[in-house]
Amino acid sequence: MNKILTSSVEWIDARFPLTKLWNEHLAQYYAPKNFNVWYYFGSLALLMLVLQMITGIFLAVNYKPDAALAFGSVEYIMRDVDYGWLIRYMHSTGASFFFIVVYLHMFRALLYGSYRKPRELLWIIGMFIYLSLMAESFLGYLLPWGQMSYWGAQVIISLFGAIPLVGEDLSTWIRGDYVISDVTLNRFFAYHVVLVPIILLGLAAAHIMALHEVGSNNPDGVEIKKNKDVNGKPLDGIPFHPYYTVKDIVGVAVFLIFFSAVIFYAPELGGYFIEHNNFFPADPMKTPEHIAPLWYFTPFYAILRAVPDKLIGVILMGASIVVWFILPWLDRSPVKSIRYKGWIFKLALTLFVISFLGLCYLGMLAPTATRTAFAQLFSFIYFGFFLLMPWYSKIDKTKPVPERVTN
Amino acid sequence: MRKLFLKIALTLLLPGMVFAASGGVPLIQANNDIADQASLQAGAKLFVNYCMGCHSAQYVRFERVGRDLGLTEEELLENLMFTAKKVGETMTIAMDKDDGKKWFGVTPPDLSVIARARGTDWLYTYLLSFYLDSSRPWGVNNLVFKDVGMPHVLWERQGWQKPFYETVTDEDGNSHQVIKKLVVDKADEAKAEQYRKEMRDLVNFLEYIGEPAKLERRALGWKVILFLFIFLGFAYALKKEYWRDIH
Repeated sequence: MNKILTSSVEWIDARFPLTKLWNEHLAQYYAPKNFNVWYYFGSLALLMLVLQMITGIFLAVNYKPDAALAFGSVEYIMRDVDYGWLIRYMHSTGASFFFIVVYLHMFRALLYGSYRKPRELLWIIGMFIYLSLMAESFLGYLLPWGQMSYWGAQVIISLFGAIPLVGEDLSTWIRGDYVISDVTLNRFFAYHVVLVPIILLGLAAAHIMALHEVGSNNPDGVEIKKNKDVNGKPLDGIPFHPYYTVKDIVGVAVFLIFFSAVIFYAPELGGYFIEHNNFFPADPMKTPEHIAPLWYFTPFYAILRAVPDKLIGVILMGASIVVWFILPWLDRSPVKSIRYKGWIFKLALTLFVISFLGLCYLGMLAPTATRTAFAQLFSFIYFGFFLLMPWYSKIDKTKPVPERVTN
Repeated sequence: MRKLFLKIALTLLLPGMVFAASGGVPLIQANNDIADQASLQAGAKLFVNYCMGCHSAQYVRFERVGRDLGLTEEELLENLMFTAKKVGETMTIAMDKDDGKKWFGVTPPDLSVIARARGTDWLYTYLLSFYLDSSRPWGVNNLVFKDVGMPHVLWERQGWQKPFYETVTDEDGNSHQVIKKLVVDKADEAKAEQYRKEMRDLVNFLEYIGEPAKLERRALGWKVILFLFIFLGFAYALKKEYWRDIH
């Protein structure tokens, strides 16, 4: 048996770099041994990507991208398809959990400076993944064809109309019609199940390849490749497989417990994961009193609404996402990890997190004068965190970084 | 710091809560229970007799209702199915959509997922809040759904409620009349308790048809989570074993 297996692998290896890939990415990929709890979210993001693809395929089998049938086909899945409700809730809850995981993964990078040289490109590929994920969830949210699907898409696409000269034509081109209609639904379905998933898969592969080229950062921000033994393997590194594969399985189990609790006991999560208004079928004649995107978009939506002028609002909303791309060049601190950074960075990061959550919350509510004032304050802090970073990260008093990783 | 943040959060949250209470009317809790089969059966009967004249539940299959409510095919056909012939049919109605719009000003909505859109408390309060208003085409208005197109179909079970006004003065010093409470005729007072029970049953049925899988998912959920905890135990032991030599 073993002999057959060995010879099969040899046969494949002569024709395809199976063992080579296995070793490069798992068995001989050396990861720092001091990963903490923040380092679970990368593998969990990959898990969510796979889970969304699988549940998505099952949903697409029964879903009908037709304005007259879409809403009913979702209810058909929920009622008449065997375990259709489970697949659907896994997908809808999965979308929110994917964002939770990705936000925590990005926060980890902020904590330990994982975007710093030589990981700038790794970071940028990651940001493209985040952008694609936003596109993917926005496209997918139209598909249930409820009131929030319809009017959310209407509001977001009309934002393109604020662009001078080409704006109106551009939004008509995206919709394929003068309003959101059957045409829009049909093409959004195509983008959601074919176009963006292909881009996401490609980017995820590039992200992992870039990571394995430069090596993982760690909570100390120490480059483990600087200290190697006689065989050329990092002294503070351990093979990803089996050490981190068995560790990540523990993370997956804990994650799935939380995930299941929501799927089985609170799939709507009080209207945050599935909005109540989305159980009214889309009605182009009836604008809802209050239109809000789902929670993972609301920070940017709040920034948009905080600005009185529509065009400047759209520009700032775009800038609030684009600014993440240049983060590697904004941070001038001599150290990577927050463990060795001074109080200024810690304060800036705390204020940033409060502002981000504050904007996330405000974006869900109907605007009032007080709320808009808070949204403006939080927007200032949000941009301040990034744009003042070259200055405050330079003057911040840092602690000496150890030669080797600590435990 | 944390206290300050909480304070800010609370001040922002409060206006939202008033806003959510639909027209300023506090909602009455439905306190229904979809595990109560007798209540679901009573609710189903009310639904087919009073609601299905105008409202469909087009995604709901009779067969599934019968199965989940513990009814035999005969019971189903006799009690819940008046025009439908086959148990595999869905709860559709004969009334034309355009006719409905002509008669009521708006097509009576399909009620398959109304409980998920409105919430059970809202529906319960709505069903209890019809009152006489001669300015409306059907002679009634509703506290939580102002100028609703629907007549008080269940009047014979509740009786007619009259509004009882009080005068209030707003912030700007203008006084105007608001409805303080709704009062039913003396002769109908005895029905009140029974009517509330019936409406709880009806709302219960609406919640059930909104998501027939709800009971199923709750029953399955704890088994999945229990398995995951056991799996976590093994996964953790495996990790510990492998990591013994790393320090």
